Amino acid sequence: MVWTRKDLLGLEELSTEELELILATADSFKEVSTREIKKVPALRGKTVVNLFYEPSTRTRVSFEIAAKRLSADVINIATESSSVQKGETLIDTGTNIQALKADIIVVRHNYSGAAAMLARHLNISVVNAGDGWHEHPTQALLDIFTLKEKLGRLAGLKVTIVGDIAHSRVARSNIWGLTKLGARVTVCAPGMLIPVAIEKMGVSVTHDIDEALSDADAVNVLRMQFERDTQGAFPRQLEYFKNFGITQERLSKAKKNIIIMHPGPLNRGIEISSEVADGAHSVILEQVTNGIAVRMAVLFLVSQGHDKQYETTN
Amino acid sequence: MKEKAKILDKDALNRSLLRIAHEIVEKNRGTEQLCLVGIRNRGAYLARRIAECISKIDNANIPVGILDITLYRDDLTLIAAQPVVHKTEIDFDITDKNIVLVDDVLYTGRTIRASLDALIDLGRPKSIQLAVLVDRGHRELPIRADYVGKNIPTSQQETVEVRLFEVDGLDEVVIVDKA
Repeated sequence: MVWTRKDLLGLEELSTEELELILATADSFKEVSTREIKKVPALRGKTVVNLFYEPSTRTRVSFEIAAKRLSADVINIATESSSVQKGETLIDTGTNIQALKADIIVVRHNYSGAAAMLARHLNISVVNAGDGWHEHPTQALLDIFTLKEKLGRLAGLKVTIVGDIAHSRVARSNIWGLTKLGARVTVCAPGMLIPVAIEKMGVSVTHDIDEALSDADAVNVLRMQFERDTQGAFPRQLEYFKNFGITQERLSKAKKNIIIMHPGPLNRGIEISSEVADGAHSVILEQVTNGIAVRMAVLFLVSQGHDKQYETTN
Repeated sequence: MKEKAKILDKDALNRSLLRIAHEIVEKNRGTEQLCLVGIRNRGAYLARRIAECISKIDNANIPVGILDITLYRDDLTLIAAQPVVHKTEIDFDITDKNIVLVDDVLYTGRTIRASLDALIDLGRPKSIQLAVLVDRGHRELPIRADYVGKNIPTSQQETVEVRLFEVDGLDEVVIVDKA
């Protein structure tokens, strides 16, 4: 299996073999972060630019740490304090970063398809760190990596995704990745927060949280993104917690070794109780740790894919 | 790809490893603070075999680690086939140890240069020595081996293939013509 893509834009377009290569590469990178000197020279002399049009702490810091552990130089651009405020377009910003001889742009944008558009206009690598409601591939990869690490396999696993499926790029990337790798996915949410025809992505749908938990091997609890509610589709916070919140009581009826994941940031007492978030089933902080290895693997692979393409066009 | 000559057969290969094991124990005056680190892929199997020989000679269990140097190569962007990154598995502290690096073939010396960088990122060993099954010459860096199974003069049009039972199903070393 050889990686030939210069970009990572989503999991939809990846083959099962490509997904497995990323997971296997991430597994090798995990060891680097346990060393006293947490650094390898694989991307020495490369420049990674984090270009974030939406607020983010965890993803940006995780990409920054991943790049630095590969010895790359990292520049962070937060658009609130950049020329974007003066009206510069995404593509102009991208071509300028390319002209500065950066090698990889990690982009987060509130429009679906923004990363793909940037990638089409640039020769350097683009990694999607979340585009609108579309995809957040590295988050899904680290969720899947953590699942595989905890349960030893993915094929045949039953994974439930609870929360605002309609507005969630994390849900979409997870569904693509998990179904390609043979897991069975159920989505669970109030009717207004489930997109029409989501069954076509190969998932089952339920509105009953207890049913969704009953035979699940793992639950991915999504944050309720109240900031995205423009149409009054969201239930009240307390109502949501009562009907869909993951609590110790609900877990007592689930499988004994069920795994609880959450992409963060947590809203304690809305989608998950503190007891569960900090409890024995939770792997939430391990997800954060694994995010570094997964992003190191992605940065390493796209930089290799780019080199190959560069060679053939010269 | 044409096989030109068989340099070592199974018995000769194992005798070489046994001799190297004796030399390691002799030079280090025993096995105290001694560790072996094999370079992926075949060096890892050779390191394990040498450690077995040493355990018979000196009745001591030597820690054996595996080093993956993919991320330390200086030709990452040049090689045609994309390398797969594997794990480095060294579960002991290398600081103040006498480390014997083990690889199958010593050629340009660039793999060893990368291995030294990789090792030193993991700690500060007391010394690093080098054992190779085959030294085929054509060095591009000032590097030499402390223990050599067999010196084989080669041309750069040839490659030396080390085949090991663990990977290839048989033990032998052959010279192959690239053309």
